[in-house]
Amino acid sequence: MHQLTLAEIARNLSQKRFSAEELTRTLLARIEQLDPQLNSFISVTEELALEQARAADARRAAGEDGALLGAPIGHKDLFCTQGVRTSCGSRILDAFKAPYDATVVERLAAAGTVTLGKLNMDEFAMGSANESSYYGPVKNPWDPTRVPGGSSGGSAAAIAARLIPAATGTDTGGSIRQPAALTNLTGLKPTYGRVSRWGMVAYASSLDQGGPMARTAEDCALLLAAMAGFDPKDSTSVEQPLDDYLAALSQPLAGLRIGLPKEYFGAGLDPKIADAVMRAVDELKKLGATVKDISLPNMQHAIPSYYVIAPAEASSNLSRFDGVRFGYRCENPADLTDLYKRSRAEGFGDEVKRRIMVGTYALSAGYYDAYYLKAQKIRRLIKNDFVAAFEEVDVILGPTTPNLAWKLGEKNADPVSAYLEDIYTITANLAGIPGISMPAGFIDGLPVGVQLLAPYFQEARLLNVAHQYQQVTDWHTRAPQGF
Amino acid sequence: MQWETVIGLEIHAQLATQSKIFSGSATTFGAEPNTQASLVDLGMPGTLPVLNAEAVRMACKFGLAIDAVIAEKNVFARKNYFYPDLPKGYQTSQMDHPIVGKGHLDITLEDGTTRRIGITRAHLEEDAGKSLHEDFHGMSGIDLNRAGTPLLEIVSEPDIRSAKEAVAYVKAIHALVRYLGICDGNMAEGSLRCDCNVSVRPKGQAEFGTRAEIKNVNSFRFIEKAINHEVQRQIELIEDGGKVVQETRLYDPNKDETRSMRSKEEANDYRYFPCPDLLPVVIEQRFLDEVRASLPELPVHKRERFEREFGLSAYDATVLAASRELADYFEAVQSACGDAKLSANWVMGELSSLLNKDNLDIQQSPVSAEQLGGMIQRIKDNTISGKIAKMVFEALAAGEGATADEIIEKKGLKQVTDTNAIEAMLDEVLAANAEQVEQYRASDEAKRGKMFGFFVGQAMKASKGKANPGQVNQLLKKKLEG
Repeated sequence: MHQLTLAEIARNLSQKRFSAEELTRTLLARIEQLDPQLNSFISVTEELALEQARAADARRAAGEDGALLGAPIGHKDLFCTQGVRTSCGSRILDAFKAPYDATVVERLAAAGTVTLGKLNMDEFAMGSANESSYYGPVKNPWDPTRVPGGSSGGSAAAIAARLIPAATGTDTGGSIRQPAALTNLTGLKPTYGRVSRWGMVAYASSLDQGGPMARTAEDCALLLAAMAGFDPKDSTSVEQPLDDYLAALSQPLAGLRIGLPKEYFGAGLDPKIADAVMRAVDELKKLGATVKDISLPNMQHAIPSYYVIAPAEASSNLSRFDGVRFGYRCENPADLTDLYKRSRAEGFGDEVKRRIMVGTYALSAGYYDAYYLKAQKIRRLIKNDFVAAFEEVDVILGPTTPNLAWKLGEKNADPVSAYLEDIYTITANLAGIPGISMPAGFIDGLPVGVQLLAPYFQEARLLNVAHQYQQVTDWHTRAPQGF
Repeated sequence: MQWETVIGLEIHAQLATQSKIFSGSATTFGAEPNTQASLVDLGMPGTLPVLNAEAVRMACKFGLAIDAVIAEKNVFARKNYFYPDLPKGYQTSQMDHPIVGKGHLDITLEDGTTRRIGITRAHLEEDAGKSLHEDFHGMSGIDLNRAGTPLLEIVSEPDIRSAKEAVAYVKAIHALVRYLGICDGNMAEGSLRCDCNVSVRPKGQAEFGTRAEIKNVNSFRFIEKAINHEVQRQIELIEDGGKVVQETRLYDPNKDETRSMRSKEEANDYRYFPCPDLLPVVIEQRFLDEVRASLPELPVHKRERFEREFGLSAYDATVLAASRELADYFEAVQSACGDAKLSANWVMGELSSLLNKDNLDIQQSPVSAEQLGGMIQRIKDNTISGKIAKMVFEALAAGEGATADEIIEKKGLKQVTDTNAIEAMLDEVLAANAEQVEQYRASDEAKRGKMFGFFVGQAMKASKGKANPGQVNQLLKKKLEG
């Protein structure tokens, strides 16, 4: 049962092969049995899950037949879930029970999904290895001595280990696509504004975007259809009708123009990953796609630009965690300043503090123009690069990550080397365009991901290409040993 | 040395919207603590702001009323600092791209002269909550009802040269926002608050002196006192060889002094940056045209019309146009009696002192504009004298009759204009004061003048004030001389 995709589960539930409650019990048992090896869940919401499963079964018995009715999922632990701890992987919110549901949570629940729990993540989504969580690191099911990627590392590990078929994630600089690549999953970062951010605890507001993670493009399409859409509660969400993501999956790829940016294949890329990516390109060519070399000349500035903008926004977004109204408060504060200082010093981890300090510095009087404004100008240039490139090609293809999953602790001493792991994913966040990572092979038993980028609001195109690729390859069906 | 004072004011006006600037919570004053604070107002993780369109409309009204440029694109920015009643750790405000750009407002001083005060900008922002320091046994309470109330911060140019001018300017802003219906102007409840930037410089010097900012001065009277005190403090400091330091000061009305709150060195670096949760606001010309069409007659136009149409003095016109309600009242009195000058005198005189005495607004006046107008008509047609009118007015205020006519009738206050009756009465008065009459007739012209008043007084007393004063004067003169 645990090997099934969302689409297969829907068919089985529809044919009454098993009930949502049976499925939920099976997966809860798996989580209990296997997750201690991985640490992918922060909270398992057993009661809520069983209640939702029974409700889904009742709706089905009453004649409903939604594709997500009874579908078991997990939420990254920065989506607010009413009455359930929403920790953001941080000590400062360890005791925080959200008083409301995020729009994404609400919409998926309305579609009938069953929430098995809240998934581990880098603290406040800051990290590429899921090692900065207050709840401890998450391990990669493909090799438990290695990281699953981050920041949606709990979502990735839980799906890869077949504890759940799909989950929500968020992507600020690659936090859906990079862990998807490192754990053999399909993960989609939608266009900025496509999915509501209401109830999604902010890291960097102008870059954050929620999206689906699953094993197949088809499952991502099913989830996105329920998650996405305009939300009057989020001023940055866009009032544009959704495409029919499922219908788009079956479009043939004949005539598809793929751009290969030379900047994605330069120094720093593991040559074996480059080979795997080119093999994926060959598969797509067989399906009728044409390939063109292109250039995104400002990509080299993406990381410095991102590491000014994201921390700047974070330094402001995280100011509300001050020990006054909610979250962690230090013991016996001597006065107000002491309350602020110690609550934050004791409540936040090192990576969060590092980024708050960097961001505070970048926004300081006298530095704002040199850092923040300049970073925004670079951002505009990067966006322009994409706009120009998409006049010549339909999608841009390249590796999702420059390296395979690395060893736990390997990059802890050198944050910059970890930051460089986001080099291929960050540009999509800066430009606001959608991107998807799909499984494209293995090197030494570790998964390789290929990333596809498309123009604004063309999620359907990305899902279509990934789905067609998955019709002629079986990388995405492979499971890690022991799971 | 001759000193010149330079003042710039920052006025925070709470906009009279139904709901908050970025959330749906109500903005009513005085509710139980934290009953008007939603998830957004509490700064809950994951919540997002949605701009209240009505706040934008109100800001545009103000901008058009001060002849300002309304920015086609304005941007919200975050002002970052920690304070317990600031739930998000930042205030959403506007920095580089305020909604209202450069404008100006004309103020009229007591001597009738007019000055134009430049307005640098006005921007939208959210109010903070309140910290409560009483009743918490060494702790502080936080009330977030006010958090998120829309504010329009109106920043003047350093064009103001005295405390009196500052008060006139604040009064003009106060009148304007109330005219526009965008702020209730209630300073006691904090709906309109004022920060005063004050500096002094030797007369004739071009550069400004170092300024001190006096925070949150919340009445017209305190503004005048706080500025005067601060000016005196700075002059004395400089004359004693000291230097003014740039700092924030607080005015203590009990001690009538300002004291230092924090120096420039201790000032926060607010780290302003554009708020990523809010899109830039684009104001279309069509929207502005619509707002412009909805503007009421503004105080300055009303004042000009009062001068032009009614021949009022600049000062009278300014006082009457200061509030929309007062102006409306005056116009209603005027149209009821047809005499603008008498209407102005009564509204600014007897009526104002009556309202002041009982601390009432013009809307709460016990004498309606129709009642007052009806009474003034009786002055004009000589039914009553001005003196009797005061009695009638008091009776109207006390609710002793529905109209002036009813009171005049009931109390028999009708003026006596019958020459025979007045002559008979005068004869009696002169007979009763025969000795004084003798003295009068024996005196020279200069002395007679003074004595004449005595006879007028006796005559009015005898007639219980009802005799027509003009006729009394005329007939009395004839009798005494004759």
